[in-house]
Amino acid sequence: MKEKILTLADIAIGKEVVFVSIAGGKTSKRRLADMGLNEGVRFKVLQSHKGGPCVIMVGSIRLALGFKMAQKVLVKNV
Amino acid sequence: MSNKTITVALAGNPNSGKTTIFNSLTGSRKRIGNYPGVTVEKEQAVFKYKGYQIKLVDLPGIYSLTAHSIDEIVARNFIIDEKPDVVVNIIDASNLERNLYLTTQLMELNLSLILAFNMYDLAQREVDVMDLDKLSQLMGTVIITTTANKKKGLNELLDEVIRVFKEKPACNDYTITYGSKIQEEIEKIEEVIRKDDRLAKRYSSRWLAIKLLEGDDDVSKKAINGSCSNELVAVIAKSVKRLKVMFGDDLEAIFADKRYGYISGACSEAVVRSYELRHTTSDQIDKLLINRVVGLPIFLVLMWSVFKFTFVLSEPLVALIENGQNFLANLAVKFLPVGGAIQSLVVDGIIGGVGSVLVFVPIIFLLFLAMGFLEYSGYMARAAFIMDGFMHKLGLHGRSVIPMLLGFGCNVPAIMATRTINDKRDRLVTILVNPFMSCGARLPVYTLFIAAFFSQEAAGNVLFSLYLIGIVVAIIMAKIFRNYMFRGEANAFVMELPPYRLPALKGLLIHVWDMVSAYLKKAGTIIFVACVAIWFLSNFPHNHDIKSKQLEQSYAGKIGKAITPVFEPLGFADWRTSVALIGGFGAKEVIIATLGTVHSVGDNESGEALRVKLQNAIDQEGRKLFTKLSVYSLMVFILLYMPCAAVIAVIKRETGSWRWSIFAVFYTTVVAWMFSFIIYQGGLLLGLG
Repeated sequence: MKEKILTLADIAIGKEVVFVSIAGGKTSKRRLADMGLNEGVRFKVLQSHKGGPCVIMVGSIRLALGFKMAQKVLVKNV
Repeated sequence: MSNKTITVALAGNPNSGKTTIFNSLTGSRKRIGNYPGVTVEKEQAVFKYKGYQIKLVDLPGIYSLTAHSIDEIVARNFIIDEKPDVVVNIIDASNLERNLYLTTQLMELNLSLILAFNMYDLAQREVDVMDLDKLSQLMGTVIITTTANKKKGLNELLDEVIRVFKEKPACNDYTITYGSKIQEEIEKIEEVIRKDDRLAKRYSSRWLAIKLLEGDDDVSKKAINGSCSNELVAVIAKSVKRLKVMFGDDLEAIFADKRYGYISGACSEAVVRSYELRHTTSDQIDKLLINRVVGLPIFLVLMWSVFKFTFVLSEPLVALIENGQNFLANLAVKFLPVGGAIQSLVVDGIIGGVGSVLVFVPIIFLLFLAMGFLEYSGYMARAAFIMDGFMHKLGLHGRSVIPMLLGFGCNVPAIMATRTINDKRDRLVTILVNPFMSCGARLPVYTLFIAAFFSQEAAGNVLFSLYLIGIVVAIIMAKIFRNYMFRGEANAFVMELPPYRLPALKGLLIHVWDMVSAYLKKAGTIIFVACVAIWFLSNFPHNHDIKSKQLEQSYAGKIGKAITPVFEPLGFADWRTSVALIGGFGAKEVIIATLGTVHSVGDNESGEALRVKLQNAIDQEGRKLFTKLSVYSLMVFILLYMPCAAVIAVIKRETGSWRWSIFAVFYTTVVAWMFSFIIYQGGLLLGLG
């Protein structure tokens, strides 16, 4: 069965997911990779506000994703 | 003893403790200024260690060595162009994977590289096993462990720097392999590069080949100007085509994947750790500070406190400077020939000019002390996050919110504070619209006019409406700039939230001192020159002893008269007003003093006298000079028109070119004219005149 791809905006606070990709240009993709978010990385959602902004935990790093970013970040369940 | 100088560059991720290491190594030793023409700051300091002169350079904190941000280009160009003897890569040992990503790119530059695993004590607690020998072998470099905030490992680091300097072992740039297909293409390109002496001398051929395959704009531009560029372009185009067939369009991502692949391989061999996400105190604090409901109010209260702190504490200091200025002026009046040009130059030109530079110092010092505290404690990243959604709707960036708010105090430190905005376009837009945030110096000007022409009940609303117009204009202009001048993909907002910590006083003071000295050195001179220029324009040609007559016949008066017709459709066409507006170029509050002079208010008369004079002023045809409508139009003009000399100077300093300063002067004045026009003519149509 194919794994279901979700957007980060669908993920409840406190859940852990695996990063798949980002729907966006090369720049966004590269920015995320530079900051430690590349394919297969597991992270946890710490905060999620309506409209997109959210805070995630990648290892010991906390990353803040801004407005509309969460809708573009594609993830799958662990 | 040998007196050799070793140039050592510190490179590393933001929040890796790079600056802490820099500060502990260099201490309060004399720090040499910034590099000319570059807006991003690189710090450097020289000190002696075991008979060597060590020149330590702190590069901007970066995650990668691509050409996507100005920080990265600055760091990269320093390493390529200045060829430091040793590069120390500071690594947050508790975040190995991500930190080593930069390392893999540094390795390809063929450097004498040392890895400093910082915050090592913390990492040891989190990780079960970290086999440093193995990692060192896999990365092909030496590893030193440090805990900078406890000053551990720093001497070992310096010893290693000296050893590496003497032995010059280049790190093994072949460690990272990209697979045979990519390797083939890299070798083809390297072959062409080696034919070109200019390129071969300057770059590591492997690194250059990789960057060209990745499609790096900055490097491509520089390399393709060479002698065998046609051949190079052709080879690259072919290689890129072949690789894209195999790997898809985004080659940069392929290289990134391979690098991460190598790192995770290395880490899985050398590091053992149980997968566990630890919640920290910082996470608990964040539950409150970036909470959806209370996050925003807390932010506003903090900002309000910063303002209170700055302006309450700076008031006596500013008064002290002004008293000192008066004291010196009186002294000069006593000892210099009476009424001469020299006395006037010393009193009004030089002492006045130095004074207007110095009055900003207490404000800049206190404001950056408070803001630096919030920045170093880790709160600023959260503030940007809280405001990001809102600022996006305005065409700005979360990080822009701080400079915009600071603008209500003073636009000078506000524009200096845009340094924390990484994206060049976002930063430029924020700088350009900042002067519309009505600063503290404009307030007394409004107060004067409002008190003279509006009832006490209306005063508050009138004042509030001015501030609001400033904000609305800033938003409109930001949108226009974003849509027409600085187009492009909106920058993905991803930001690291560093753990909260209590800022070290020393680091904080160093930061504040850097800001104050930058202001004094660069902006101060320009402000001073502008003040002397205004003095000259209003005192020459010298032909009258009555101040108002003198001013009328001076160059400033003539310029004022010449530009007056421009203000006809705005409702305040009078040479006296025009001269006051020219005075506002020196500093906005100077408008009041100039109005006083042109309306023949004596130096010792109270503010009331000027108010009455303004109320009763008439033009040549004997009509009242000001109506409520024309005063409002004038206030809107003062709110929006060209920034004062200090702001212009600081825009030049922060953007690195006069182009943007001159642009700011013109466009703000045009915008001011348009808005005043709409308000005055609209008002007339509505019968408000």
